[in-house]
Amino acid sequence: MATIVAEATGQAILHEEHEQSFLRKYVFATDHKVIAIQFLFTTLFFLMIGGLLAVLMRYQIAWPAKTLPGGGILPETMVASGYILPEFYNSLVTMHGSIMVFFAIMPMLVGVFANYLIPLQIGARDMAFPRLNMLSFWLMVPAGILTLASFFVIGGAAAAGWTLYAPLSARPDLSGVHLGQQIWLVSLVLIGLSSILGSVNYITTTINMRAPGMTWFRLPLTVWALFITAILGLLAMPVLSAAGIMLLFDQTIGTTFFLPAGGGQPLLWQHLFWFFGHPEVYILILPAMGFTSEIIASGSRKPIFGYKAMVWAIVAIAFLGFIVWGHHMFQSGMNPTLGLSFTISTLLIAVPSAIKTFNWMGTMWRGNLRLHTPMLFAIGFVAMFAIGGLSGIFMASTPVDIYIHDTYFIVAHIHYVLFGGSLFALFGAIYYWYPKMFGRMMNETLGKIHFVLTLVFFNLVFFPMHGLGMKGMMRRIYDPTGYQHLQGIQDTNQLISISAFCLYASGFLFAFNFFWSLRKGRKAEANPWDATTLEWQTPSPPKHGNWKEIPVVYHGPHEFSHPDVADKDWLAQNERPDVTSPAGAH
Amino acid sequence: MAQAATATAGRAPERGLDVYNQKVGMWVFLCSEVMFFAGLIGSYVVLRFGASDSWAQPGEVLNVPITAVNTFVLICSSVTMVKAFAAAEAGDQKGIKLYLVLTFLLGATFLGVQVFEYTHLIQHGEWQGSHGFTPRAGLYGSTFFTMTGFHGFHVLLGVICLGWASLQAFRGRWGSDHYHGIEVLGLYWHFVDLVWIILFTIVYLI
Repeated sequence: MATIVAEATGQAILHEEHEQSFLRKYVFATDHKVIAIQFLFTTLFFLMIGGLLAVLMRYQIAWPAKTLPGGGILPETMVASGYILPEFYNSLVTMHGSIMVFFAIMPMLVGVFANYLIPLQIGARDMAFPRLNMLSFWLMVPAGILTLASFFVIGGAAAAGWTLYAPLSARPDLSGVHLGQQIWLVSLVLIGLSSILGSVNYITTTINMRAPGMTWFRLPLTVWALFITAILGLLAMPVLSAAGIMLLFDQTIGTTFFLPAGGGQPLLWQHLFWFFGHPEVYILILPAMGFTSEIIASGSRKPIFGYKAMVWAIVAIAFLGFIVWGHHMFQSGMNPTLGLSFTISTLLIAVPSAIKTFNWMGTMWRGNLRLHTPMLFAIGFVAMFAIGGLSGIFMASTPVDIYIHDTYFIVAHIHYVLFGGSLFALFGAIYYWYPKMFGRMMNETLGKIHFVLTLVFFNLVFFPMHGLGMKGMMRRIYDPTGYQHLQGIQDTNQLISISAFCLYASGFLFAFNFFWSLRKGRKAEANPWDATTLEWQTPSPPKHGNWKEIPVVYHGPHEFSHPDVADKDWLAQNERPDVTSPAGAH
Repeated sequence: MAQAATATAGRAPERGLDVYNQKVGMWVFLCSEVMFFAGLIGSYVVLRFGASDSWAQPGEVLNVPITAVNTFVLICSSVTMVKAFAAAEAGDQKGIKLYLVLTFLLGATFLGVQVFEYTHLIQHGEWQGSHGFTPRAGLYGSTFFTMTGFHGFHVLLGVICLGWASLQAFRGRWGSDHYHGIEVLGLYWHFVDLVWIILFTIVYLI
């Protein structure tokens, strides 16, 4: 019993055999798996760049009086006689945030994993619109090139912070950046379009291309999370595009949308930006929650605790995410009554978030834990996300927020959810789905060392920042030693910086493991984790077209340790129930 | 998941919405477009309430009668678009060609009038004592040109697609078994039309 795999209706695939040119297969590819891998390499590159910018910033904060070792290779406009210039520091802050959000984490969560997993997990051969998918990747590439190039134009890269508050961002004479800011906006519009086209694809595919039997409530939680995320992106991204275009017009053709001198409203920018920005926060965390759910169920050998609650929690978080943007603006002169309503809606998000956290713990409770690297990162995600979520509650309440606003407390919080949250889950997801993508396992020992180093140094970097924030250290400052009230904290800043360098270095351990395993890793079988979802029921890596025959789905997504299955502790979604035994009708 | 698994017995295929992908995709894309224009229109409302004294009276700067005619032209193009779709469904080759070309021409006319309006405003428009009404003319100019300009850009994209669809019509591509392209293009076209009616109302009439 329970041995038959994927015998179903459907026709033998036609295009499996035919040969494609190199250009069609690897460059202008329409296969969702190839596009996902293109996104993966691109985003890992940007992750490295974004991290490097952070390392430079940390050096400046810890040792403002020392010259930057090796700074001589950078042009005079960035590092003059060995010292990082304040203007360049502003660009570092801005571009670190922008690159990490728009070119590393977001496309890695969505571009890589939505592309790779949605068709495979719902049992489709490809996306609904493969060519649109290709366009979505090839819009990101010029956006990325523009972003990197903006460092080298006259005036340097954008320097108004990744939130681009007007009028600082709208008037070149205030920020000192002319072309860099405009390039930033153009690349923002490109990446926005890329993201919208991607969302159209993911939504249509999920709605319309599920395999027979793949009902909504048999979708793996990853697909649920990615589907809801796509809706968020679809509705939030165009608002940012509209705002970005208005800002670009303010700079180029002389409109005055955000310029008080011409009657415009700087606050309008904040509303538009955060109307996008807060859903964006959930775009950055929901897919991570999806991966974590998947990995924790598989690593605990138990069905996910409260599957439907998990689904509705995702939906609730997404909905609430659209009505809380004002909590970024408590300090902007908002009517306190309005502020109160934003406080309440923000606090409400703690409820679905807590549902998810407790369900992950419930899943692990008395499970038969397999502590492989993906599982370690998933558990790390839950722990770090809990810290980040709890510090978020501080910010949600206006009186506390007014005190910690624009301090390192905020920096600590954002990194606990974005690094400790999203990136931990992403590392886990890469270790977990790597064998499916490349047909080889990543090295387990190196992976575990990478996990321990990341966990330790991550916390050494970001936990002390809570304290720095409480002591009043402001975000984005160039030289903390210049302030009377920050005299006593420079030791902590140096500890943070040294830990940050180690954290960055441990990333290279991951990179080494990643590239070494491409050639030398142990060959992966189709289902190395004994997992239940459809992507594991096809070879690693899957061929063009994914399936010989479209699978038929009979079970929910996480049927681990099923009492009716005797010979193994998992039941694939497409395993045909034995007609003579009641196993199929449980 | 026990309850979901119970429903397994049959193996009714999941058929999604029973609507073909392109149509679903266009609807989804239009949701995104709604948010894009909502961003622009929302900003317009906020800015205008914030600075109502720096707004011109209806008809003071903009030529309402010409634009009203132009609005009518665009609405007519939606009608011919529906006719083109009906002809395609019915397999009426003559009707497909006629109505697609008509829609194309009406759309192009709309654009032509808009270009005329823009050049006239930029060269001869008068507002608050300045000669020539441009995007630099305060919030009124900023919002006017940005909103109508982005709408015009959408019309332009639509007209290009209509030109392509018309060419295809003369090659006999469309028919009762092959009308999805026209239907999807029609959805987009009606959306652009609808946005214009809102823009015309808030920018020109009130």
